[in-house]
Amino acid sequence: MIGAPLWRKRKHRVSAPQSKPELATAPSLLERGLVPFLLIGCVIALFLSCLLGSTPLPPERVFAAFFGGADVGDRLVVWSIRLPRALAAFLVGAALGLSGAALQGLLRNPLAEPGVLGVSASASLAATFSIYYGLVALSPWALPLAAIIGALGATALLALAAIRTQSVITLILIGVGLSSFAGALMSLMMNLAPNPFSLADMINWMLGSVANRSFNDIGFAAPFLIAGVAILLLTRRGLSALTLGEEAASGVGLNLRNQRIFTVLGAGLATGASVALAGAIGFVGIVAPHVIRPFTRHDPARSLIPSALFAGLLLMLADIMVRILPSQSELKLGVVAALLGAPAFVWIAMQRRAAHD
Amino acid sequence: MTRLTISDLTIRAKQATLVDRASTQLNSGELVVLLGPNGAGKTSLIRGALGLIKPASGASELEGRAVSSLSPTERAQQISYLPQIRPLAWPNRVSDVVALGRFSHGATIGRLSDEDQAAVDSALSACDLAHLKDRSADTLSGGELARMHCARAFAANAPLLVADEPIAALDPRHQFRILDLIKSYVDQGGGALLVLHDIELAARYASRLIWMKDGHIVADGPVEDTLSAERLAEVYGVSATVSDTRITMEGAL
Repeated sequence: MIGAPLWRKRKHRVSAPQSKPELATAPSLLERGLVPFLLIGCVIALFLSCLLGSTPLPPERVFAAFFGGADVGDRLVVWSIRLPRALAAFLVGAALGLSGAALQGLLRNPLAEPGVLGVSASASLAATFSIYYGLVALSPWALPLAAIIGALGATALLALAAIRTQSVITLILIGVGLSSFAGALMSLMMNLAPNPFSLADMINWMLGSVANRSFNDIGFAAPFLIAGVAILLLTRRGLSALTLGEEAASGVGLNLRNQRIFTVLGAGLATGASVALAGAIGFVGIVAPHVIRPFTRHDPARSLIPSALFAGLLLMLADIMVRILPSQSELKLGVVAALLGAPAFVWIAMQRRAAHD
Repeated sequence: MTRLTISDLTIRAKQATLVDRASTQLNSGELVVLLGPNGAGKTSLIRGALGLIKPASGASELEGRAVSSLSPTERAQQISYLPQIRPLAWPNRVSDVVALGRFSHGATIGRLSDEDQAAVDSALSACDLAHLKDRSADTLSGGELARMHCARAFAANAPLLVADEPIAALDPRHQFRILDLIKSYVDQGGGALLVLHDIELAARYASRLIWMKDGHIVADGPVEDTLSAERLAEVYGVSATVSDTRITMEGAL
């Protein structure tokens, strides 16, 4: 047993505590290797995404296409279809995983997530709205901007509610209400859809998919995504302090108001960008941080980057699954994510002890 | 020598006046206990003094600077604040929770500087937690949790400590242990302001008592000057006999 001597060693230190500062417990191999491990996983998944699909390409042809060799057809498939699609899946997942982990840290609840809180639904409502009224034809920025506005509106509402109420449950219920309302309005718009084409477009945003995304689409979402990610990463230290609860967190020197504003703003921007790119995709933002947290000693701040990478990896794998499943019409990524994620949500909720309010 | 001066502090919430023109101070080297029945305004007074709620009037100054003008970080470096203990949001490690006491010094959990690490280690051993430092905080007993939060407060190395019911819901032995820890912090030059509900323990440990009732400070002074059967009747509505600093409670009036 490795455990026994370690324990005894620790006990020994108690007798002479003042002798010299103890070294921090070295992070375990798993804690240290988590990010590199996930990065490698993401690169492999990205490469697999380029290999697999309706017509599998052998690895050497993908390599050749990557480095400018191979024939035009292969290059087209890799550079214009598969790579942007895989990258979109990664970015969307990463944005949602990051937003989920940050919102969970802010609200001190593992069930907080852009999807559950109604942020994704509001963003995709706004995106649908811009499609319905033909705003998309005016400028390629119309759709991403609409999604961002929808997401920021919802997060701002949640932030206002968070200041008024101390209860996280209330906040989640508000999110559920927001989500249902956005869903109802979306159904209404679909009901009144002027033609089958806009109906199909709307269904796309509602269900969530990264099919047929180009580097252009990624480019239009990128500024918001980068801004959101930067804000969340720069302000993540405060999330550790919030572990103590809001009162004690301000006691140790956290500027609570700023932390709320920045986390909400960052999560709104990142989620809005992800909806602009892929529509509403739920539950990745819950599942990824939940899996990651034990490896980061349950510190919300430290869980942000691994959660983002893991969520990106999950969505890339889900998207590969969507593409290789033999089905008549391709499954939507958001549908697959929800099919896998919703049971996980219920399971996590059932694991919660009553002690936490 | 650090001094927190509260002058004519008034705190209102909607119609109710929670604290009415309260004036007192907290100095290094003294252990002050704030006494009063539920709803007397003790927590509001503390929160107002720390600038966590905006007073309707009056001021709270730290070394001549208004506390409300300090950034949360500056304030936390001067005053360690221990609110009533709430459950942690996540099952963090004890050493990580204690390290949060270094937040105002810019510490990032998991990547502590040598100085932060030294402060955390000495706080852990002062509170007899060194053997528990790798434990998950949700596996600790109530007494160990209280010690962990004390260690977190001490790790800040702030000259002043304000604690709201640090010994609530602890068994007698742990109540003594926590108060002993705070006492030794004061003996080393710190200044502590505690809210306690145990009047006997307050009389035993305090160098000064502040008595509050209905938002007013009704008495403020050394134990032997302010502790009397009449005061207990006036503030708490209990009949008691007091001989020296020994109190025997007899019942509600």
